[in-house]
Amino acid sequence: MSELSGQIREAVRKLLRQKEVDLVIGFEAGTLPLHSTPCFIREQQEAERLIWNSFCDNNLAKYLGKRQEKIAIIAKSCDARAIVELIKEKQISREQVVIVGVPCHGMIDRRRAEAELEGKEILEAEENDGELTLKGNGFTKVLKRSDYLCYGCEVCFHRNPVIYDILIGDGVAEKATDQYSDIAEFEAKSTEERWRYISDQVSKCIRCYACRNACPLCYCRECFVDNTHPQWTGKTTDISDTMIFHLMRAFHLAGRCVGCGACERACPMKVDIRKLNRKLVSDVKVLFDYEAGISLDRTAPLATFKPDDPEGFMLNP
Amino acid sequence: MKRETNDWEPKIVAFLCNWCSYAGADLAGVSRIQYPTNIRIIRVPCSGRINPFFILSSLQHGADGVLVCGCHPGDCHYLTGNYNARRKFALLQSLLEYAGVEKGRVQFSWVSAAEGGRFAELVAGVTESIQALGPAEKLVKR
Repeated sequence: MSELSGQIREAVRKLLRQKEVDLVIGFEAGTLPLHSTPCFIREQQEAERLIWNSFCDNNLAKYLGKRQEKIAIIAKSCDARAIVELIKEKQISREQVVIVGVPCHGMIDRRRAEAELEGKEILEAEENDGELTLKGNGFTKVLKRSDYLCYGCEVCFHRNPVIYDILIGDGVAEKATDQYSDIAEFEAKSTEERWRYISDQVSKCIRCYACRNACPLCYCRECFVDNTHPQWTGKTTDISDTMIFHLMRAFHLAGRCVGCGACERACPMKVDIRKLNRKLVSDVKVLFDYEAGISLDRTAPLATFKPDDPEGFMLNP
Repeated sequence: MKRETNDWEPKIVAFLCNWCSYAGADLAGVSRIQYPTNIRIIRVPCSGRINPFFILSSLQHGADGVLVCGCHPGDCHYLTGNYNARRKFALLQSLLEYAGVEKGRVQFSWVSAAEGGRFAELVAGVTESIQALGPAEKLVKR
């Protein structure tokens, strides 16, 4: 990991020295263990701040929108896929970004790691050779890194950036995963069971909209939840309002969600947001054979059609 | 608000496109074909005009079912509105069912301006299936 940090700094210094970019977006060490923080760098000497480790989980593509200057961005594969979608949706031009791609072994889910410690405070976290060492007052705990990955990383099948200008380090082997077994498993439950699960999850929601704010692809100037005329979603705590917010938030990401999991990590109430998002990701794949963020050339699935699209869902088509 | 189920009649909101389906409903009317009065028709310019929010808002504000009709593929007045709508509807229906809304609450069909008889049959069929499902409870705002 530390050699990757070194290579990132080197690349960034070069970009800034040659004035190829005005701004670099990357990660620096956070103030708490298990956290890395997005950082914005404009000067060569600041490149020392940049790091790369298993806690760089934010999706930096979020910071690209509505900027005028030329930007270099340190992008793991899900960031890169989000950038592809942003370019396609004309939120940023390809010429404006220099993508510094970093092959990714998956990010640590700090909630999973913290759960092992039964509430004890972590004061220091180190990682090396596939192990994560957590230290605190009077304890040291060694965890196997691969057991504590974010769920999105566990099922990730694009661990190498799909698009980049500079690639840091060597590529990593792609994992063969049964991508949507969780969705199939959920679908096998009865309608009532599914409703109960989703409404239990949704009822935890406090409507802080952190999921929307963390999502790299939620960039609308006026989101439907802020719209007052017409007011599409009520502001009450009624489960109906919250449910419609969640259904439509997921729906607005249909064919656009890259599965980075930023929404879920941002959620303070641990709502199982991915249950809805991943269903749409899998439907878009099955029905329209499309995966978000893979290619700059393919039109978004809901912006196009085929005359022979499936219509088995309709009444006597 | 619990309603008595025996004298309960479903309320169904139907979104019909101006060019085919609404004309189809009109033909059913002028041909004096009888069909259930449970549907409340809302005329929209095109099935492509239908925002999924229309459907969810209907269910939230007391509709027991929603029927959406548009021109047959290839017949859209705006050429491709119904094709685009079809993709949206496929995902929406699948998502609603997945989240646990009963299958059949929200239904889609193509109805042309010449299909007055078919429209009446469609409404009868949809009314019957929603009657069987009973009052919508899940997305209703109380």
